[in-house]
Amino acid sequence: MGSRPTSGPVLDCFGLRKAFGDLTAVADVGFQIAAGETYGLLGPNGAGKTTTIAMISGLLERDSGDVRVMGEPMSTESTDAKRHIGYVPQDLAIYPDLGARENLRFFGRLYGITGKALDIRVDEVLDIIELRDRADDRSDQYSGGMKRRLNIGIGLLHHPHLLILDEPTVGVDPQSRNAILESVERLGEAGMAVLYTTHYMEEAERLCDRLGIIDRGRLMAEGTQRDLVQIVGEHDRVRLTATGPLNACAGAFREITGVEQSGVADDGIDLIVRDAHGLLPEIFEVASKMEVVVSSVDIDSANLEAVFLQLTGRALRE
Amino acid sequence: MRTAWAIAAKDLKERLRDRSAYIIGIVAPLALALVFGFILSPVQDYQFEATFGVVDLDGGPIAELFVEGTLAGSEGVELLRRDSVESAMPLVDRAVAPFGSDEVTAEAVFIIPAGFSDDVQSDRPVTIQVIGNESSEVEAGVAVAMAQGFASQMTSVRVAVATVEEVIQAPVDRLATGVEVLGTESPASIVDVTAATKQLDPVTFYAAGMAVFFVFFTVQFGVTSLLEERHAGTLSRLLVAPIPKWTILAGKSIGAFIVGVVSVTVLVIATALLVDAEWGSPLGVAALILAAVIAAMGIVALVSAFARTAEQAGAFASLVAIILGFLGGTFFDLSQAGGWIADVRFVSPHAWFLRGLADLSGGDVGVVVVPVLAMLAFGLVAGAIGMANLRKGLRP
Repeated sequence: MGSRPTSGPVLDCFGLRKAFGDLTAVADVGFQIAAGETYGLLGPNGAGKTTTIAMISGLLERDSGDVRVMGEPMSTESTDAKRHIGYVPQDLAIYPDLGARENLRFFGRLYGITGKALDIRVDEVLDIIELRDRADDRSDQYSGGMKRRLNIGIGLLHHPHLLILDEPTVGVDPQSRNAILESVERLGEAGMAVLYTTHYMEEAERLCDRLGIIDRGRLMAEGTQRDLVQIVGEHDRVRLTATGPLNACAGAFREITGVEQSGVADDGIDLIVRDAHGLLPEIFEVASKMEVVVSSVDIDSANLEAVFLQLTGRALRE
Repeated sequence: MRTAWAIAAKDLKERLRDRSAYIIGIVAPLALALVFGFILSPVQDYQFEATFGVVDLDGGPIAELFVEGTLAGSEGVELLRRDSVESAMPLVDRAVAPFGSDEVTAEAVFIIPAGFSDDVQSDRPVTIQVIGNESSEVEAGVAVAMAQGFASQMTSVRVAVATVEEVIQAPVDRLATGVEVLGTESPASIVDVTAATKQLDPVTFYAAGMAVFFVFFTVQFGVTSLLEERHAGTLSRLLVAPIPKWTILAGKSIGAFIVGVVSVTVLVIATALLVDAEWGSPLGVAALILAAVIAAMGIVALVSAFARTAEQAGAFASLVAIILGFLGGTFFDLSQAGGWIADVRFVSPHAWFLRGLADLSGGDVGVVVVPVLAMLAFGLVAGAIGMANLRKGLRP
């Protein structure tokens, strides 16, 4: 990492706002990330995560608000603040005609790394992303997981103070996903500040020291996982795997006393309830009346999905 | 600037691994130049040839000048001499030719009447009769033009002699003077210094035409690769890097410039070695190549700035390249067309490139200055507008 010391946060952003015509993509979003901290932006697709990241990394002009990285003001034209950022976009951003080594060397030069230092650092990153033995093959011959690892490696090349990863595990096989998560854990332990966006609750729970829950462009809540679960309180999360008129049924569940929230998830309905076991008969009765076929029931203590459901009235995987 | 070179080097490396670059940059223009050059060179090399009959019923010195000087001395003209009109007519008129005869072999017959030379000396009206073969309109027209040309010369001599007589207040021997003047070669010769009539040989013309035509396709990759990077997501990485935005455009431009110059240079060398294309002074050719590549880059940048995808940019730039190529005379030598067609071609850099090479073939290296400046003007004006628009569009 660079040698410039800072006593303040690595990232400090506040009041971020961006609209595209009549659509407000991000409204009044702000948070801080300290060195060694992994901060997760958790929200469904279209929540405003990528737009927020684009403003933080200097890719997109913001309508209002401020971003500082290591105390340097960030804008689309600034070069000082950008020097501190490693950016890993959601989609693969590598040159398929070039090998891993050539990709890394090219981006290294853009960050001012040259000569022997570049050779050494490229080899280090190839080791980190476990691509040294395929480093000189064209990257269009790599597997999806290898391409993902190279995509991350480019972001690490210049020892950034802040690593921004935008949903890096989307479309990745379980083995590669686990490798990526382990890499991010190691980076955080090594003192790097990490901004990690995801709509996978498990990843957020595993990686993030603090979380911001974002929906429809607004930061709904922020804190540690424990802080956020407190929002739900002594509630249970009930997950019904079901088929039928799910939207109507979720609405009907909300009429049941003791059901705090109910929302449609990708293959069923999630509920936040008090005393799940006591309410189950009534829940099944309503489901039956609504002609919803329930194939399985899971009851857990409150987690981040429950928090999201509680805050937004929608399931995270809607 | 170091990062701009890094971007250019990366682009060139990608380009070298793309086989289509070789096809568009070298193989296609070289193949088309050779095909056009060889197929169309008989048309370009056309020489006038005609057979004329002549009946000199005068036998005087002026008639002899016309027959031996004007007609027999003309390149490509075969002269058949006859003693009488009756014996000459079968040369051009099948109706009077004997049955089964192949006498109809001339395109026109000139009949010089008896007393022609005396009439000229006496300022009396004279006539040279031209009888054309009805199936040889062009050659017969040329015969009429030759007779008219001789008549004009005689008129000039008459006026000159009359003027001298007026000045010296004494008669001049008109016959001797006329013969002397008409038989003397003009002391002044006209040398063509414009490219309007100056031509490259067919092989060089088509090699040059294809080189400048295809360079508009070759340099497209600078802009299209920028749009491809946006599509592939790598543009985001460039924009997040701590480099000014102009270095991205500069890197793309350097890469396109190098590819354009190399492809045209390879074409020049290949056609010079393979088919003896005559390009002229290397310094002048180099200046024309550099200016043509800059013109192509500027125009492509201007056109492509309105595109949202690489495919759109390629389509826009190709359309403009084809229109400018035709207008600029890369497929047909419009410099010989005359009139507005010969003038309007200069709205295209292609025409300036070809004019520069044509001028260079007949002059020193200084003649390329105007064509080079014209092409640079195209490139810099269009490029400035195009680059400003492209810079505005630099976003993920």
